[in-house]
Amino acid sequence: MNLESLIGVIQIVLIATTPLVFASIGELVTEKSGVLNLGVEGMMLVGAVTAFVTLVITGSYFLAFIFSILSGIFMSGLFAFLVLILMSNQVATGLALTIFGIGLSSMIGKEYIGTPIDGLTPWYFVIFSFIIIFLISYFFYKTKHGLILRAVGESHTSAHALGYNVIKIRLYSILFGGSMCALAGSYMSICYAPMWQEGMTAGRGWIALALVVFSTWKPSRILLGAYIFGGVTILQMNLQAFGLRLPAQFFNMAPYIATMLVLVIISSNKLRIKLSAPASLTIPFHKGN
Amino acid sequence: MINFLPSVVSRSQSSKLMSLFVPIIAVILTLMTGSIIFSLMGFNPIFALHTFFISPISSAYGISELLVKATPLALIAIGLAFCFKNNLYNIGAEGQLTMGAIFGGGVGIFFHDTNGFWLLPLMIIAGAIGGALWGLIPALLKTKFNTNEILTSLMLVYVALLILDYLVVGPWKDPQGYSFPKTRSFSDSGRMPLLFSGLRIHFGLFITLFLIFFSWFIFTKTIFGFQLKVSGFSPSAARYAGFNQNRLVYLAFAICGSFAGIAGLAEVSGPIGLLYRDISPNYGFTAIIVAFLGRLHPIGIIFASLVIALTYLGAEDAQLFMQIPAAVGFVFQGLVLFYLLGADFLVNYKLEFRKNK
Repeated sequence: MNLESLIGVIQIVLIATTPLVFASIGELVTEKSGVLNLGVEGMMLVGAVTAFVTLVITGSYFLAFIFSILSGIFMSGLFAFLVLILMSNQVATGLALTIFGIGLSSMIGKEYIGTPIDGLTPWYFVIFSFIIIFLISYFFYKTKHGLILRAVGESHTSAHALGYNVIKIRLYSILFGGSMCALAGSYMSICYAPMWQEGMTAGRGWIALALVVFSTWKPSRILLGAYIFGGVTILQMNLQAFGLRLPAQFFNMAPYIATMLVLVIISSNKLRIKLSAPASLTIPFHKGN
Repeated sequence: MINFLPSVVSRSQSSKLMSLFVPIIAVILTLMTGSIIFSLMGFNPIFALHTFFISPISSAYGISELLVKATPLALIAIGLAFCFKNNLYNIGAEGQLTMGAIFGGGVGIFFHDTNGFWLLPLMIIAGAIGGALWGLIPALLKTKFNTNEILTSLMLVYVALLILDYLVVGPWKDPQGYSFPKTRSFSDSGRMPLLFSGLRIHFGLFITLFLIFFSWFIFTKTIFGFQLKVSGFSPSAARYAGFNQNRLVYLAFAICGSFAGIAGLAEVSGPIGLLYRDISPNYGFTAIIVAFLGRLHPIGIIFASLVIALTYLGAEDAQLFMQIPAAVGFVFQGLVLFYLLGADFLVNYKLEFRKNK
């Protein structure tokens, strides 16, 4: 492999990994506040279709991203209302959000399948994905608000007793997660593969959830995990190009099997997971309790 | 002085009455939301709801189609109940269904030119084994490596679908099928017998009803059912009682997987008759909604499967007569689950107007 093709591979890895970084850092912030949102895939799809349709109608990239992020806020707001105010089961509500998002996105996008658009260069977003990781790390470990958010995720009763508004902090964290997932989706439909197709995120939302576990809830490790992951995915494509004789479907399984392997390796250390997962994760907060 | 804002109070015991009413409330709220969505799209809501929910089942053919869709949904959902009762979030039933279809369908393809009464039972058993094996993978990873079953079971859906894709375009492709990605048809004795000529409703309905009865028996009359209930309700109580937790995990996943596998086989040997890519319109995922809507109870699941099956039929009719994308069915399914989970609030909490002190 010469230098030129090496640079080419690195470029592809960067472009392919960026949506995973956005979605996982969003989910990481949500989980740090003690809420598990399994609706990542659904929010990504709705974000993707909203951006795409807005772009086709208005022709403005700016509006496409704004509306996409608003759709993420809407979707995660729905989730927040259910889990924070009505104290519903977070796992089931997140699943409902994904099912709802899959349906809503294919309903909205039905007439737009195959519509051509001019894709946007991905590089600003690639750079932004590194900046956001840095910003979130700084926020968590160097600012007071970051500390409060982590405290809410570790023990909501203590945070409440200290006078912090648990529900409000969780609401913001959920909405941030939703906007990042929508951004990941809009990046996919406008930069990564400029098109709309039903279920085009192909499980990336679930992989993002796995990356949060892989990172043991540390922002910087999201980058590490996402890039190992992106690397493996691109590697299989290259092996395929180099003529390794195996049916294409087996190569396409690589990301999913890699996700499982990574989860197994990280989770098998029970103590590590127990120590690093936010202690209040999935436990609803009710003032009266 | 009375405080006008009610305060939220946890119930000491969850309300049985509310638990029964909440699914009905959820369905009604979904219908109301549906009529609002339809009027926003410029349709007469009464006409739209009629097209969606009444006209699909106003003929014998319609009723049969409803049962064709409800059969796999109810079967998968009752299997999921084994997992959900024990707080095991198996969301990979779609993959277990696909594996069942591959194993059972594989037997059918191998014996495509043979007839015999033994063929269908053999295919059903193979389907159950395929689904159970696929379900046991996340169970094993959970017990041995502490790995989250939600993510692994879901990843296995994608893997199973890719295996099916490989088989139907590769080694199992019909030699006379030109370039269509499909396999040979099963022989006649590899097909589920039809219950009425001219209608698609098939013997799978009885298999589903039998397995639902079987599950009811397990839940209420056996120690295993009791253990599932206890360990779902309070894992620590189950530990103190000395239940073998890992065994419960294996059994729940194996039963759930085998039910989904049988549902998959019943699909391919019932209405379809061969293997191809799109054997299931997301039955495995939709069954999660059926299980919750039916409160994990056998009777509840039967009713819920009929309601949700109707959203499939209604969506098809809405596409045909109102040019609304069929995906609207999934939107309704998502809404039902949202309303159900939201209204569950009434089961565990109550609003109280308290006097200010």
